[in-house]
Amino acid sequence: MLEKLIFEKSSPGRTAYSLPECDVPVEANDTTPLPERFLRKNTAELPEVAEIDVVRHFTRLSQLNFSVDTNFYPLGSCTMKYNPKINEDVSSYEGFVNLHPYQNQEQCQGILQILYEFERTLIGICGMDAFSLQPAAGAHGEFIGMLISRAYNVKEGRRRNKIIIPDSAHGTNPASASMCGFDIVEIKSNSQGLVDIEALKRIIDNDVSALMLTNPNTLGLFEKDILKIAEIVHDVDALLYLDGANMDAMLGIARPGDMGIDMLHLNLHKTFSTPHGGGGPGAGPLGVVKKLIPFLPAPIIIKKDNSYGWQYDFPDSIGRVKPFYGNIGVIIRAYAYLVSVGSEGLGKISESALVNANYLRKRLSDYIEIPYGERCMHEFVASTRKLKANGITTLDIAKRLLDYGFHSPTIYFPLIVEDALMIEPTDTETRETLDEFADALIKILKEAKTNPEILKKAPHNTPVSRLDEVQAARKPDLRWRKELS
Amino acid sequence: MDFPEDLLYTKTHEWVKKEGDNKVRVGITSYAQSELGDVVYIELPDLDRIVKAGTACTVVESVKAAFDIYAPVSGKVIETNNDLENNPQLVNENPYGKGWFSIIEMEDPQELTKLLSNKDYEKLCQSK
Amino acid sequence: MPVKINYTPNTESDIKLMLKEIGVNSIEDLLVDIPEGLLCKQINIPTGMSEMELKHSLKSLSDKNANLNKYTSYLGAGAYEHFVPSVVDHLSSRGEFYTCYTPYQPEVSQGTLQGIYEFQSMMCELLAMDIVNASMYDGASALAEAAVLAIRHKRKKNVLVSKTVHPEYRGVLSTYLQELDVKLIEIEMEDGITSVSDLESRIDNNTACVLIQTPNFFGCLEETEELVGLTHKNEALFVACVNSMSLGIIKPPGEYDADIAVGDIQALGNYINYGGPHAGFFAVNKEFMRKMPGRLAGATTDTKGRRAFTLTLQTREQHIRRAKATSNICTNQQLLALRTCIYLSTLGKAGMIDIGNLNIHKSHYAMDRLCELDGIEPLLNKPFFNEFAIKISDNCKIEELSRHLFESGIIGGLDLSHFYPDINNAMLLCVTETRSKEDIDELVLAVSNII
Repeated sequence: MLEKLIFEKSSPGRTAYSLPECDVPVEANDTTPLPERFLRKNTAELPEVAEIDVVRHFTRLSQLNFSVDTNFYPLGSCTMKYNPKINEDVSSYEGFVNLHPYQNQEQCQGILQILYEFERTLIGICGMDAFSLQPAAGAHGEFIGMLISRAYNVKEGRRRNKIIIPDSAHGTNPASASMCGFDIVEIKSNSQGLVDIEALKRIIDNDVSALMLTNPNTLGLFEKDILKIAEIVHDVDALLYLDGANMDAMLGIARPGDMGIDMLHLNLHKTFSTPHGGGGPGAGPLGVVKKLIPFLPAPIIIKKDNSYGWQYDFPDSIGRVKPFYGNIGVIIRAYAYLVSVGSEGLGKISESALVNANYLRKRLSDYIEIPYGERCMHEFVASTRKLKANGITTLDIAKRLLDYGFHSPTIYFPLIVEDALMIEPTDTETRETLDEFADALIKILKEAKTNPEILKKAPHNTPVSRLDEVQAARKPDLRWRKELS
Repeated sequence: MDFPEDLLYTKTHEWVKKEGDNKVRVGITSYAQSELGDVVYIELPDLDRIVKAGTACTVVESVKAAFDIYAPVSGKVIETNNDLENNPQLVNENPYGKGWFSIIEMEDPQELTKLLSNKDYEKLCQSK
Repeated sequence: MPVKINYTPNTESDIKLMLKEIGVNSIEDLLVDIPEGLLCKQINIPTGMSEMELKHSLKSLSDKNANLNKYTSYLGAGAYEHFVPSVVDHLSSRGEFYTCYTPYQPEVSQGTLQGIYEFQSMMCELLAMDIVNASMYDGASALAEAAVLAIRHKRKKNVLVSKTVHPEYRGVLSTYLQELDVKLIEIEMEDGITSVSDLESRIDNNTACVLIQTPNFFGCLEETEELVGLTHKNEALFVACVNSMSLGIIKPPGEYDADIAVGDIQALGNYINYGGPHAGFFAVNKEFMRKMPGRLAGATTDTKGRRAFTLTLQTREQHIRRAKATSNICTNQQLLALRTCIYLSTLGKAGMIDIGNLNIHKSHYAMDRLCELDGIEPLLNKPFFNEFAIKISDNCKIEELSRHLFESGIIGGLDLSHFYPDINNAMLLCVTETRSKEDIDELVLAVSNII
């Protein structure tokens, strides 16, 4: 059952709001003290609906979604794990949500303490020397990291123009580097799906500012030559940047700082259980080693004589990257997650992610091609290319999974695997759920041969069937307009 | 698949039609459009832009991909196909006709000798 | 036996079974690709706690903050205290909304997608612009991305920004532009608004865009018509950064021919959250549709001909264009945009006008009453929406004033010297619909007792 647009439910004069009377004196007939040239001419055509309309409308909309709360969501590289309810509660305490960023620091000691302790905790987990909590998202962290690599080289008295990025990287990596004016040098993966050490040696030179690495990489494989990679990068005094999207595999298992990583961003909305929110808000704290601390975006949280505060005086800082201090509401949720699972629970997270992914991999390995690796870390990438002969695409498999009540894995990524199906079960799923998913996927792979039509027309049980995305792109309809209704 | 005899071709799947002494009409081949799938948008070069043979000068977009299209010859862009703005499907429907991209005033008509004949281009496509 | 929080559901016997299926003896066997020296022995963080302990711990930390429900605040300057109707919290707290991700599979994401489409539509209406995206990190990054769009589109190297734009927004702008080989030039101000004559002297055919905030950092409304005229005469793009809450009353960017409009939607149904998460919006005229950053939802049909929504024009984005994308932004700030969509549905056509008027009347009342006091006068003499600056006589230092106000349960406005060292002893105050006449009278009384 589809839902009308809220505009289509509008009826003139209907309202859903209440506001107090204007209790300050207003001169008669003087509705506004502002000159007319500052005033709006045409009224904005916002909906005119009752409160019950608003409630039913958005409740019904919510019911058209798959979500972690309702469905298994093995979307590779996105870590769609359970988002604890308690963290929603504690982060909405009034001392957090109703706090203004320009209040005096003495009035904000509680939140500053959280930020300080959170930074210390991340330092402990990652083995870095400092974190900036300001980046709003992973891509924002990457951008800031690239600016820092630029600033570091400038301070060393040189200008470097290249960033090396593996061909298996997330699209944000080259996009972020490019926003900082760098040239991107792509490095091809070797036959094992890992960074090709010989190729790296060939392309590295004194014009390389940094290598952006994802580890475990997007195939779900640990870069076993990580120490060698770090050595090669450091030999030319370039920086090793880690895209921390896959840290759900590493908590309590290994620390990036020990691997020679100079900079990394974390995705609190992946590894640290904060909700994805339908696509934000997230947070992407940026960790650095000591020599890069001076370049971090100001301000930095500090503790002095048992009180907490912001320090602004960083002459070599790359500058401001966000108004105020970061996505604090997201950070409180991640903080609550970390202090509640604690040191003994931390390792269990990644162990569970690994066992779940390897279990699912094994359950599927007789039925679907898994081109790289004998085992995996927290996720793995399968390929459906052999089904091409039956006229079946990866998209068909993805859509058919929806009929069985499972969100699709990430598809057609990483780009180095033809017809990729990237599966990340996460640490918070039960063995039974993994079995149900495996059974469904195996059944679908059989259907692909016995009844391909049912896949090609899938999904059948969802609120809408496949969409005409060509029409959406050729004749963009990006808004409702009054005259059309 | 159609490979008209009166056109010249590039290895990167553009076609060229000679129109007068130093002008050519340019588009992408039927093979190329079928590989790209449904074209949803074409970013054409600005008028009067000077292009160099083999460099990207147009972008063709499908729903989930963007492809660079290269200038087959060097010269100045003197006309572009405005119909594509609202009808990008012309590239799929009629790649050698209404789906043309631009007209280039050639810098050096000798460059045409470097292009492929329909036979050679057909062989290239078959070998893929 | 006390039990700590643990979200990993499989028991030891499950794990044993699973390891057997995998064909290994222990979890360590799964870690053989990690060089042995890298494996952690112990992570040095505190031990965990139960749900009850977590609540107590966070409650006590929350109580250490002087929150705005306990204190009456007059702070604004980019983060605004407005009333949030109950429906906004209730509806946005539905797990189906906040525990899903980017709507990559439209067939099972129509709720999120239709929500984005409605958000885009409502913001287009408010701004009187053609196209609005699904949201950005915040108003500042939206402003910076607007400059990037203009630089690329115009292929020109100068970006002009008024000194009346929020100083932290200008900071972000400068950071974003630092590696793009462009020149960022600041335009002077005159009595609290952008100096037209200074703009005239700095603008030329190298100017890619002019960035203006209105109401600006000081709360003053800019003379946009004049500024736009001058900008367009020089073939540059005009970027307006606006206060979304003002738009029920104040002239929207589309009505003065802005090319790009940006700003923050925190004011529309989102909490202050100590400064974040907030969310930006990015609006353009149709001409720039394919050059804008960020996600867009569009309407189309499904195979059965029913209206349905999907992400569209994705070739602009990083996951397709990679290094050539219009921006590196990946997601938007969807949950906040959804809250704004619910908020705007609730306030509706009449509510946005009513609330705008309340903001205007209450702030003007506060300004008038405060400036009746000896030792206080308006810093600037310009029309404003809900923020205004006052000058306090030098015999009462602003820190003193703020400290005493706090003792009376009042959080005063922002000390402007913090951002503008030349402006001494002046305070920027914000008064929204959340302040009653009684609150304002108390403020005036408290101030009169101090100075």
